[in-house]
Amino acid sequence: MKRGLGDRVRALKVTLWTLIVPPTVWAGHFLFSYLWAAIHCAKLGGFPRFPAMYAIGTAVALLLIAGAGIVAHVQSRVPGDHPPHEQGTDTDRVRFLAFSTVLLAALSFVGVVFTAAPVLFLTDCR
Amino acid sequence: MSLHDQDDPALRAAQEERLRAVWKAPQGIFLRWTDCNNNRVGAWYTLTAFAFMLFAGVLALVMRTQLAVPENDLVGPNTFNQLFTLHGSMMMFLFAVPMFEAVSIILLPQLLGARDLPFPRLSAFGYWSFLLGGVFVGGSIFFNVAPDGGWFMYPPLTTRTDLSGLGADIWMLGLSFIEVSSVAAAVELIVGVLKCRPPGMRLNLMPLYAWYILVVAVMILFAFPPLIAGDVLFEMERLLNWPFFDATRGGDPLLWQHLFWIFGHPEVYIVFLPSIALFAMMIPTFAQRHLLGYPWIVLAAVGTAFLSFGLWVHHMFATGLPKISLAFFSAASEAVAIPTGIQIFAFIATLWAGKVKWSTPLLYATGSLAIFVIGGLTGVMVAIAPFDWQAHDTYFVVAHLHYVLIGGTLLPLFGGLYYYWPLITGKKLSDRIGRTAFWVLFVGANLTFFPMHFSGLFGMPRRVFTYPAELGIGWLNLASTMGAYLFALGTLLICIDLFRSPWRAKSPRNPWNAGTLEWLAHPDDEDWGIRSVPLIESRYPIWDQKDFVAKVDEGRFFLPDAEEGRRETIVTSVLDARPLFVVRLGTPSWVPMLTAIALGSVFILTTYHLYWWSLAGAIVTLGCVLYWLWTGTAEIPEKPSKPIGHGIELPLYVSGSSAPGWWAMFITMMADATAFSGLVFGYYFFWTVHPEFPPSGPGMDGPGVFWPMVALGVAAASWVATVAARETNRRGGVAAARLLLAIGIVASLAGIRAGLQGPLTTGLDPELHSYPAIVWVLVIWTTAHAGIGAIMQGYALARSIAGRMTPTHDADLRNITVYQHFMALTAIVTYATIGLFPGVA
Repeated sequence: MKRGLGDRVRALKVTLWTLIVPPTVWAGHFLFSYLWAAIHCAKLGGFPRFPAMYAIGTAVALLLIAGAGIVAHVQSRVPGDHPPHEQGTDTDRVRFLAFSTVLLAALSFVGVVFTAAPVLFLTDCR
Repeated sequence: MSLHDQDDPALRAAQEERLRAVWKAPQGIFLRWTDCNNNRVGAWYTLTAFAFMLFAGVLALVMRTQLAVPENDLVGPNTFNQLFTLHGSMMMFLFAVPMFEAVSIILLPQLLGARDLPFPRLSAFGYWSFLLGGVFVGGSIFFNVAPDGGWFMYPPLTTRTDLSGLGADIWMLGLSFIEVSSVAAAVELIVGVLKCRPPGMRLNLMPLYAWYILVVAVMILFAFPPLIAGDVLFEMERLLNWPFFDATRGGDPLLWQHLFWIFGHPEVYIVFLPSIALFAMMIPTFAQRHLLGYPWIVLAAVGTAFLSFGLWVHHMFATGLPKISLAFFSAASEAVAIPTGIQIFAFIATLWAGKVKWSTPLLYATGSLAIFVIGGLTGVMVAIAPFDWQAHDTYFVVAHLHYVLIGGTLLPLFGGLYYYWPLITGKKLSDRIGRTAFWVLFVGANLTFFPMHFSGLFGMPRRVFTYPAELGIGWLNLASTMGAYLFALGTLLICIDLFRSPWRAKSPRNPWNAGTLEWLAHPDDEDWGIRSVPLIESRYPIWDQKDFVAKVDEGRFFLPDAEEGRRETIVTSVLDARPLFVVRLGTPSWVPMLTAIALGSVFILTTYHLYWWSLAGAIVTLGCVLYWLWTGTAEIPEKPSKPIGHGIELPLYVSGSSAPGWWAMFITMMADATAFSGLVFGYYFFWTVHPEFPPSGPGMDGPGVFWPMVALGVAAASWVATVAARETNRRGGVAAARLLLAIGIVASLAGIRAGLQGPLTTGLDPELHSYPAIVWVLVIWTTAHAGIGAIMQGYALARSIAGRMTPTHDADLRNITVYQHFMALTAIVTYATIGLFPGVA
């Protein structure tokens, strides 16, 4: 029988490494922001008038975080066992890590938006 | 062994006798200090950190007395500088961080139902390093040579030898030594949480304290190394005149500020999260229910950890960086309020939903949250750059940081003290004294620090030894001083309570009726940690699992015996805590203490410029480490496996990524790589600040492309040889593996020569300019690592020849391969940077 997308997503592994994907993307975007501003201001002679590269970088970061969050959301609803899902079972462990990933994705998403917002308002290197 | 066997009292008594004999603490005036059991090392660690806290507190009292009235002359400016520098440095490096490590060393094995942490001797080594370094740094004030440049030691004040004396070296080298012990503790705690949980304790059942410890230990791993990198540059400038921070020779003092605060801001969360973790243990107990929002707390801990690395520039808002850069850090500083708020709401919700018992520890917990929230709110204020420009370097900031640290670290620790004292001593502290002390502390803290907001806004700069009466802030300062004495009185009351403890009666077991594993501890505790390692099915097993305590006590779970007379605990898998093997733990020994003394001598002798003696100390340290490893690690067991009960047979030897030793190497190298990236950051930082990079001229043209590429090739050869040796050895080709290791040694040694050859042949002069200096530092770092790599390859070769490493028992070779992976990465980055980047730039 052909498996649906949801089943395939649920079959993905959930580990401590997947847990930190969203905040790691935030960290990568943050570093990118810092370097982008520092290098433009210090080496390239000023603030770019149309920061397309920055917008693309931010969009990529948000998409990655959203993607990780959606995958984790599907995984966090893996069926089996009873609520409140605090037992020492395979399902509950997966649900816990996946739900924590969803929460981290939400925080990271907000974090990236926070970081990127100043670029809308500040347009020079002073 | 079946459950049925454990019904026999005689068998149980015999098991207990064997366990008692194995875990017996060394006796005698001298020998007792060789102990490495977590309950003793943790207690020494805690007491020492507490003593340093009291000492640093007395320094603060002297300062507050000096500032009580305008134009006071109790102490002069020089002494005052030493007082505030030492107060800040000791509270951060000798109290807050070590206290977290100390408490974790005591609690973690209990929380995880382990007999001990995986590397007990490493804990002992960390403790002795901490004690030595702490006494060295703290004692300096009695000789009037304490550091006096402020706890963040900004150059050029502190790097210019005409402006600062021995104190700067004492700070830098003494605290670098302590950073070593912090990284050691981080390795111990991470491996402990990931690999030493009891069977069944999957990640979602782990006590929240363990989650916080895992997160904080990982933060230490990424936060402390940049400071170590900064320390290296700083001492190179002071001792060798290499101008990293000297603007007249191409250096930049801001580089130090970056490296310091990349450490310094996560540091705030490193000391805050473990204290809040104590709440996560206390609150369910006193609400008598499960903590609400377990995944939300994990989110808060992990989220805070990440965000905390994006805040460092908010300490540098006044340095003239582009506003857009400030805005990024301002945004992250505001974002960190989200996870912090979430965890506080989770605690409040749990209390709301439970049947609250207003005990003394809970009083401290809630009171400290109130203080912390005030500090958090002023934090949100100073995170906004325009406000910070007004408040920067005033007493407003002093008020903010003390609210955060007293509410977020000190008072929670006092709460933890009242909560966990029965666990450690079997006796409760006095509720009456505890509550009185709390209110004295609470009023004292607010009376001390609340007026400081106003004295700051009225224009009182921090770190001044006196102020004029005309400023009109005399009464605010007098209030602060009175508050400080009140706070000291509260602390004194707690000390009195502690001193009276030995004369009090024992309390019952688990006096707070808590649900987590650590409360299995018995008032008349045995040294074995836990009678049998339990199977965990709930977050609160004492509450939820039937007859849990009795089953543990009667040895009905795993590993209830020590048949072979060895100290052992169970190693499990990371995600699901499936039993993997039985690890044999280190026993009491002089080696950790001697290694700490030898390593300490390297740092201390360097402070006094006794370089040859310091080199001798380094050689002794190496000897101690090699002896320690040779005699105490990767031992081939007398039999391949042993039963742990319930029909489960576990191996006694595992190598590779299942083994704690492999993880320890991996984690240590993560820290090492982070320190290295701090140095690389320095290189590219200089690129951004210099209009012409690299600069040209005599002594500055280099190191060329040829030699760096040769060095890279040789480093790659060493890596290939080691990986090939591992694979050949695994397939049984012992002789070929030995030959490959020998080739690896030659390649590593050649790597040293080739690495140094580039800057040598091009005559790069590190005293001339920051560019040649940073190139030299990168090369020295990389070649020193090649040298250590050669020693490791030699060690593995010797182990193979001595028959201590075989194709099936190859932990040594697998561990040094991990080192070689990182070594290869270091070589690629260094040689590509110094050899190729000048062409690109």
